[in-house]
Amino acid sequence: MLLPAITFTALFAYGPMYGIQLAFREFDFAAGLTGGDWVGLKYFVQFFESPQFWSLMRNTVYISLTTLVFGFLAPIGLAILINQVIGLRRKRFTQTATYLPHFISIVVIVGMLQVFLSPSTGLITRFLEFFGVTGVNFLGSTTAFVPVYVLSEVWQHCGWNSIIYLAALSNVDPQLYEAAKIDGANKLQIIRHVDIPALVPTMVILFILTMGGVLNTGFEKIFLMQNTLNLPISEVISTYVYKIGIVGNQFSYSTAIGLFNTVINFAFLVIANQIAKRVSNTSLW
Amino acid sequence: MLSTLARHRYRTPGDVAFSALVAITLALVVFVTLYPIYFVVIASMSSPQLVQSGAVWFLPQGISWFGYEQILSDQRIWTGYRNTLLYTVVGTAVNMLVTIPAAYALSRREFVARKPLMFFFAFTMFFNGGLIPTYLLYKEIGLLNNMWVFILPTALNVYNLIIARAFYENSIPEELHEAARLDGANDFQFFALVALPLSKAILSVIMLYYLVQHWNDFFTGLVFIRDYDKQPLQIVLRDILISNSAFAGGAGGAGGTGGGYGQQYADQIKYGVIVVSTLPVVILYPFLQKYFEKGVMIGSVKG
Repeated sequence: MLLPAITFTALFAYGPMYGIQLAFREFDFAAGLTGGDWVGLKYFVQFFESPQFWSLMRNTVYISLTTLVFGFLAPIGLAILINQVIGLRRKRFTQTATYLPHFISIVVIVGMLQVFLSPSTGLITRFLEFFGVTGVNFLGSTTAFVPVYVLSEVWQHCGWNSIIYLAALSNVDPQLYEAAKIDGANKLQIIRHVDIPALVPTMVILFILTMGGVLNTGFEKIFLMQNTLNLPISEVISTYVYKIGIVGNQFSYSTAIGLFNTVINFAFLVIANQIAKRVSNTSLW
Repeated sequence: MLSTLARHRYRTPGDVAFSALVAITLALVVFVTLYPIYFVVIASMSSPQLVQSGAVWFLPQGISWFGYEQILSDQRIWTGYRNTLLYTVVGTAVNMLVTIPAAYALSRREFVARKPLMFFFAFTMFFNGGLIPTYLLYKEIGLLNNMWVFILPTALNVYNLIIARAFYENSIPEELHEAARLDGANDFQFFALVALPLSKAILSVIMLYYLVQHWNDFFTGLVFIRDYDKQPLQIVLRDILISNSAFAGGAGGAGGTGGGYGQQYADQIKYGVIVVSTLPVVILYPFLQKYFEKGVMIGSVKG
């Protein structure tokens, strides 16, 4: 029963891993994936010394850290708020409504951003004009790129990511709430001393998982949001690998950059996991 | 007893204020979430001039079906729709056939290789060969520009495997397996005749996850497909929504002939395209949502 799953994983997940050696070889069209001559770390050195290296690193880390912080905190806040709602049906409605955007495709999300943020006629542009914000070209600006990217990420996924926290909150022993009330705690104190501690194990696990993707800025969304005006801030490792590899055919060089990305991510995952194990006894393995 | 209960019911002014604040915040969150989607729907059927001048806020104004007429007569959208439907249906069928039996086998506690095999699968969640080796491998085995590239490489999603395995581990009682064995059923019979019928909930969850994944897949078409008549809906959408490519009727195009005039119609077409492409998922939504949540809950049970 496991045979198809093992075959597909071996071929399509471990197959490309075998091809990683290309990062250390000179790609040779005639010899195929694994036939080129060994060149050692040549392509890594080329990347570290390239003029793009620092700007790629800065953009990638900046975008992913900002997304990580807001994308991680917002669902926790939302879950705590929804948990305060009295009445099952209202609670369910709020929850269902907030995670609807999760299922919209990235292409449509970026398309919506374009019509809503288009200068002078977009819905959001017009709305902001009420508040005196005028003349910003949100889609073609280096300063607006990251806020637009992060806020739309939060808008799309906050509700969905809060489900798991709500599940954890619904498992809190009701006696704890009773006891806190008898001790005279107000609602804020209950959130602080009952709700948040109940969420910590889930938070730790999800935090480790996000750390494992620290350099994994979402390729598709950034790629779709890119234009020549915002490129100085929006060019990240994954879009660069696509451009020089798939579009530019520099296979060995882009494999090396991709491998660098994967290894950093993996290191972050392992480190975050070790820290969590020490600090809170929660870990992935 | 009664008096303590009454005391617990009593809400301090602080609590009342707090509840009001929560209610207002959440109402705002729900509005911010739903309004953009609602606006797309009403803008798609309103007069483009009124949308652009800011007259449309809560109700459609000056009903105009121009956008939808353009969309219905555009061949690219229909080709994209047909391709995506094909990839979604075949892809999800393959997904289910690969994922569910594997999840069941990995849930059996007496299965000795299950620990190392779980590692074999889970490792791929955190480490991969990267884009270029993947691309070259597909090239060598003939998956480039081939419809099966939408179906075979994504046949197994490890996250879904873990959810399904957790379900089988926690929800199929061991006694059932014992009883079936005493009745002479082997593992395959038990899986097909007992475990599968008992797992309709998890089958729906996993199937829905896979359906949405295929429906929204943009990356595969971008990187691995060259012929336009094989491209899925998401690529066609990209061309219309983001690259502003012109429509059959001449409306649209970034530097459109009529300047502002062309842009108005291009926007209406965009609103319409968003509605048409997202409709299948949204129609299913009310009846899917209870399953989607279930999936997250099962997944959160650490196995």
